[in-house]
Amino acid sequence: MPEFTTWDILYNLILAARWTVVLSILAFICGGIAGLLVLLGRVSPLPWLRRTMNLYIELFQGTPLLMQIFIVFFAFPLMGVETTAWTAAVVALTLFTSAYLAEIWRGCVESVPKGQWEASESLAMSFTEQMRYVILPQALRVAVPPTVGFSVQVIKGTAVTSIIGFVELTKAGTMITNATFQPFLVYGLVGLLYFALCYPLSVYAKRLERTLHVAR
Amino acid sequence: MAYSFDFPAVFDYTPVLVDGVVLTAALTVVSTVAGVSIGIAGAAARTSGVKALDTAVGVYVEVIRNTPFLVQLFFIFFGLPTLGIRLPEWQAAVLAMVVNLGAYSTEIIRAGIQATPRGLIEAGESLAMTRAEIFRHIVIKPAMKKIWPALSSQIVIVMLGSSVCSQIAAEELTFAANFIQSRNFRPFEVYFVVTALYLGLAVLLRWLLARFGNLVFARRAARA
Repeated sequence: MPEFTTWDILYNLILAARWTVVLSILAFICGGIAGLLVLLGRVSPLPWLRRTMNLYIELFQGTPLLMQIFIVFFAFPLMGVETTAWTAAVVALTLFTSAYLAEIWRGCVESVPKGQWEASESLAMSFTEQMRYVILPQALRVAVPPTVGFSVQVIKGTAVTSIIGFVELTKAGTMITNATFQPFLVYGLVGLLYFALCYPLSVYAKRLERTLHVAR
Repeated sequence: MAYSFDFPAVFDYTPVLVDGVVLTAALTVVSTVAGVSIGIAGAAARTSGVKALDTAVGVYVEVIRNTPFLVQLFFIFFGLPTLGIRLPEWQAAVLAMVVNLGAYSTEIIRAGIQATPRGLIEAGESLAMTRAEIFRHIVIKPAMKKIWPALSSQIVIVMLGSSVCSQIAAEELTFAANFIQSRNFRPFEVYFVVTALYLGLAVLLRWLLARFGNLVFARRAARA
C-alpha cells in the first residue's frame, strides 16, 4: 500500500480547491447578472412580473440547494441535452445565487427613500432610466457589504455539488479519505481550506459594513 | 422522443416519503431546541465581559460559519471515530445540525443582546438584581423578540440544509428520495415531488415559528 504524507494530502486538496474557487466565481458572476434581472422584475411597475419574480425567489429560498442541483442534473437529459456534473453545478448554483442576491438587493433598493423615485418620476424618467441613474447607484453603496457576505454562502454551497460527483474540495476530500483512511486529518484539512477561503471574505464584509455605518 | 412523466411511480412509495418527512421534521425540532439553547448560552458568554470566554465562543462561531455544513457533517461522522467517538448516522446528523445552528444563533442572539438599551441594565442594577437576574428578566426576552424573525430564517435554512444528511445515510427526506429513485429509475419525478415536500415543510415551519413568536413574545410584552 502506498504511503501518503500529510503534504501529499494537502497538495492534492489545494489542487482540488481550484475547482471550488472557479465554480464559486462563475456562479457568483452568472448569478449576479441573473440576479440583477430578477431584481429588475421584482421591483418593476408590472404586478404580474413582480409576482413571478417573487415566486422565483421564494422557490429557491424554500427548497434545499441539493434538491435544486438534483433537479437541474436530471432535468437536462429529459430535454435531450447531455449534461455533466460541471454544467449542472454551474447552472444550479447560478439559479440559487440569483434568487438570494435578488432578494438581498431588493432590500437595498427599498432602502432608497421614496422621494427619489418620485423626484425621478417627475422628471419623466422611464423605469429603466430611474433604475440606471437614480436608484441603483444609491442602492449599490448599501448593497456591497451583504453581497460580499453572501459570497461566503456561495463558496460553502459549492460543497454540495460534490454529491452529484463534481470533483471540488469536498469530493477530493472524500476520495483522498477512501485512499488514505485518515478521515480526521483529511476532513480537518478540507475544513481548514474552506475557512481560508471564506474567513477573509467574512472579515472584509464586516469591515465594509462598519465603514458604511460610519459614513452615514 | 418526448419524455413521458410518471408521477404515480413516485407515489407508490408514499410510506417511504412519509417516513422521510417525519425524520426531517424530527431532526429539525431537536436541533432547533438544542441549537437555540446553545445560541443563548453562547451569546451570554460572548457578552459576559470575560475575555477568554468571548474569544473561545468567537472562534467556534467563526469556524462553523466559514465552513460548509457538509464538511462539518463528514468531520463528525467520519473524522470523530479517529478520536474514539463513534456516532450512529442520526446522532451525527443531529450533532452537526446542533453545532451549526448553535453558531449561527449565537451570532444572531448576540446582536439582539447588544441592542439592549444601557439604561435598562442600569435600572436592573439599581434594583440590586444580580447579573443573572438582569440577563434573565431584562436582557434576553426583548433580545429574543427582536431577533426572532432572523432566527426563524436561520432555522428554516438549517432544516433545508439537513438534506445533505442523506450523504451519511441518515434516513431523512432526501435519503428517501435517493432510495425511491434507485428503485423506480424516475429521478426527475422523485426529486420534483420531494422538492415540493421541502417547500411545504419550509412554508409550514415559517408559519409555525411566526405563530410561536407571536404567542411567546407578544403576550409577555403585553403583560409587562
